[in-house]
Amino acid sequence: MTVQLCDSRVHLHRRTLLQAGVGAGFLSSIAQRLAVADENNKKRRHLEGRHRPKNVILLWMEGGPSQLETFDPHPGSLTGGDVQAIKTSTEGLEISELLPQTAEMMHLTSLVRSVTTKEGDHERAVYNVKTGFRPDPTLKHPSIGAILCHADQRGGDIPRHVSILPGQWPSRGGYLGPALDAFQTGDPANPVPDITSSVSQPRLRRRIDDLQNIVDREFYRGRLSGIEQNRTLHRELTASAMTMMSSEQLDAFDVTSLPTSELEAFGDTPFGRGCLAATQLVQAGVRCVEVTLSGWDTHAANHSFHETKCATLDPALASLLKRLDEQDQLDNTLVVWAGEFGRTPRINPAEGRDHWPHGFSVLLAGCGIRAGHVMGKTAADPPADFNGDDLSKVVENPVGIEDLHATILHALDLEHDHELETSIGRPMKRSEGRILKELLA
Amino acid sequence: MALKKYAPTLRWAWLALVVLIAFGVLIAGLAKPRVPAANASVFPPPVSQLDPTSWKVASISDVDRWTDRIDRLWLADLDAKNLDPAPDADWLTLCRRLSLTLVGSGVSLEEIRDLETLPEHQRFSTHRERLLKDPRFHHYFGERWARILVGTDGGEFLAYRRRRFRTWLAGCFEQNWTHDRLVKQLITAEGIWTGNPEVNFLTATFDTGENQPDPVRLAARTSRAFLGLRIDCLQCHDDFLGNVALGDIHSPREGLQSDFHQLASFFTAAKSEGITGIYDGDVDYEFQYLDASETVKVPAKVPFQPELLPEEGDARDRLAAWITHPKNRQAARAAVHHYWALIYGQPLEAEVDDLPLDSDPHPMLDALADLFVESEFNVRDLIRVLTSIGPFQVGSRYDSGIEVTRVHERHMAVFPITRLRPEQVAGALTQAARVQTIDRDSTFLIQLLANTGINEFVTRYGDVGEDQFSDESGTITQRLLMMNGDMLRELAEHNPLMNTSAHVSMYQASHEKMVEALYLATLNRQPTAIESEHFASRLNEADDRNEMVEDITWVLMNSSEMAWNH
Repeated sequence: MTVQLCDSRVHLHRRTLLQAGVGAGFLSSIAQRLAVADENNKKRRHLEGRHRPKNVILLWMEGGPSQLETFDPHPGSLTGGDVQAIKTSTEGLEISELLPQTAEMMHLTSLVRSVTTKEGDHERAVYNVKTGFRPDPTLKHPSIGAILCHADQRGGDIPRHVSILPGQWPSRGGYLGPALDAFQTGDPANPVPDITSSVSQPRLRRRIDDLQNIVDREFYRGRLSGIEQNRTLHRELTASAMTMMSSEQLDAFDVTSLPTSELEAFGDTPFGRGCLAATQLVQAGVRCVEVTLSGWDTHAANHSFHETKCATLDPALASLLKRLDEQDQLDNTLVVWAGEFGRTPRINPAEGRDHWPHGFSVLLAGCGIRAGHVMGKTAADPPADFNGDDLSKVVENPVGIEDLHATILHALDLEHDHELETSIGRPMKRSEGRILKELLA
Repeated sequence: MALKKYAPTLRWAWLALVVLIAFGVLIAGLAKPRVPAANASVFPPPVSQLDPTSWKVASISDVDRWTDRIDRLWLADLDAKNLDPAPDADWLTLCRRLSLTLVGSGVSLEEIRDLETLPEHQRFSTHRERLLKDPRFHHYFGERWARILVGTDGGEFLAYRRRRFRTWLAGCFEQNWTHDRLVKQLITAEGIWTGNPEVNFLTATFDTGENQPDPVRLAARTSRAFLGLRIDCLQCHDDFLGNVALGDIHSPREGLQSDFHQLASFFTAAKSEGITGIYDGDVDYEFQYLDASETVKVPAKVPFQPELLPEEGDARDRLAAWITHPKNRQAARAAVHHYWALIYGQPLEAEVDDLPLDSDPHPMLDALADLFVESEFNVRDLIRVLTSIGPFQVGSRYDSGIEVTRVHERHMAVFPITRLRPEQVAGALTQAARVQTIDRDSTFLIQLLANTGINEFVTRYGDVGEDQFSDESGTITQRLLMMNGDMLRELAEHNPLMNTSAHVSMYQASHEKMVEALYLATLNRQPTAIESEHFASRLNEADDRNEMVEDITWVLMNSSEMAWNH
């Protein structure tokens, strides 16, 4: 392979220069030593990365993005709409012209174009995709982040499961308990919610003192033995909240002090800032960060809405992948891009596309996921009267959401078929799916 | 060219025309059940149109007699375990329990002052009777039962209206529908989900693209909500772990996969036909059992006591008659157990919807089921009995140095300490910040602020969803929200127009009286001597009295006691 020095996707990294074999020609000996040292450090971090805890960043596209306007365009077909396809850094792979920066990072990813579910209602579909299970009247299943945090209880001062810009249905702990619900926060341009006391420190200390030493003490007197330690955990939770309020790790939520160029690379939008914060949070010990970009439910004016949404998504997604790669964080950080379903191939009278769970795209990168790969295929011109009975009419190599979950859990070093004890005493596997070996490196 | 130019306009016009026609069809009343149901429900009228005399109220002697019977069982159990019941709770604590349970908030200062004008022995029963007639009770129980019946899932939007269903349930509680009437109405519902809201019990199970009620999900829901049996695992296989016992109630056998699907078969009679909604058709269920080579027709059969199932009639009518049969004691126990859990914040048995056929029922539960049947499933009478018996009246602590253990809680020697649900915490906080009761007579602004604040608070606090009786501790997010959140800050701050804290600061004669009023408004109890002395001293020493009142309010609202029932 010929390394193109002007290619923005590989750019002028010192590592790249070394790989190209041109470093010796114009780098000073000091620069060469620095470059070699840097390369050795990266190799060391790469090796260490295999033993570092695995994290996941979920880029959640609430509303259901169109596969045709994002990662699975069919230009020129009856259903293709106005979008054109462009080449990507993965040979033979073309994606929507609305994602030009992402196209340059596709060599880091696996693209699954044939995800299918049986849920076409937003809330049910969100549940299905986030948990890997269909809604069950008897049980609430945990999301991937909750499973990950449950499996490894180590933590710091800040919550290990975080949802930035949460949509209507942020990730939950399910039967693993509300303590594993995602901690919700907004645009990283703003302070973390509820983290700052509205009163002075001495006043806050006096309040806490009265709370714990007068009111709570009187309440606990004569009541259930060990009520504080075994039932309410009130003092412990208050202490944890106070620790978080003054923790330096909170800085990981803050991106406002970063250089403007970095913010602009991510698009300088709430979603872009969320993605940037996500990279800092996983380095600070957060195990799962969900960043939501809402507004994909384009029942009308599908194309123009996707133009707008992709303008936000593209720089953020591309820069996220790039930054994680440059920092060697992709070894231990899995990036998942997904929505609750795709959108119909047919364009409705309002120039929109409706809900379509019968073949839509999910993007994965990092944590041992095969790079530069595409799995599955959707029909360019599916039958107009398709009613969900025979998937082979619309999609090749269909991938069930449960299989995708099993694969994600495997990539995160979790046994996907490990049984957990549920609140109703019913053992339940983390995932009922099978690992998709095709997606593993 | 001209046509192409106007194509988008024509498309919009076409869409508008279709919407208009659909609306017209609905208005014209075409959306009626295909076959008028003999028991078609009447949507409950608003409160103003209700005749209070129509409420069936058991005589006091009945409630006393039933209470006495349950109390004897309770005391016998305590005696056998060598446990002493804790001293009775004071009337304020009892009224707080009632308010949290029945309307989802604490007692207002206005209500307390009003009750104080009555002789002490009348205060609790007066408060209870007022709450039972209060629209807040009807709507709160409507929401709680909606969670039991359809969960919290959104369902398919085009065929499911949760809010409508919840309002319909509120109407049922307003009119004191008997429990059997409610169950029958739900199982045999017909028509369209907007006109006959009970139909949403069925349409909540619509799966995308199939547009028919899901018999499997309805069987699972029915077995849990109405039969107190968890038979979900039988959906896929026979029971091989000894978890599910069915068949003869005197000598149950292991549950079979066919038990589940035969129950599901009843619901295949509920058909949906587009705009006319749900109607009654024939049972037509085929299923391929585990290890079977082909599908078979599955008849509609009940999992136990088949002798109670009417031989004639529509499938769903027969099922409803079987569940509500006075001799179906399992169903009566299941109903009573749900009400017990709603009132006490935790079930009497380990799980609210798991009363195995092969286990001896709890004696109190069994006796309560007797009474429920005897009262012809009168819900308000059941609530009266449940809140009159010793386990509800007893305190949650001993003053004599006895150490309270989980054994005391399990046998109800003390009232159990249970975590409040998020909306109860939000309701209690909001009510604590207002001197007057927040209800439908409150100003629009107060109601708006209360509802908006509660919704936002619950979202952030973390709605526990359908899992109503989990014994979880709190979370860091909840503590942060309570300590630093906008809602609590606004409720505690010195706001002379709105807040209790400001009214207390302005109008109470002494610092001791201020402390007392703050305790009554927030925790619904008198301060102890230690608390009164401490906070009065704080007020005496304060440079800014308003600020100190705000601090005390913050402390009380942030206390363990505020977030737990006791």
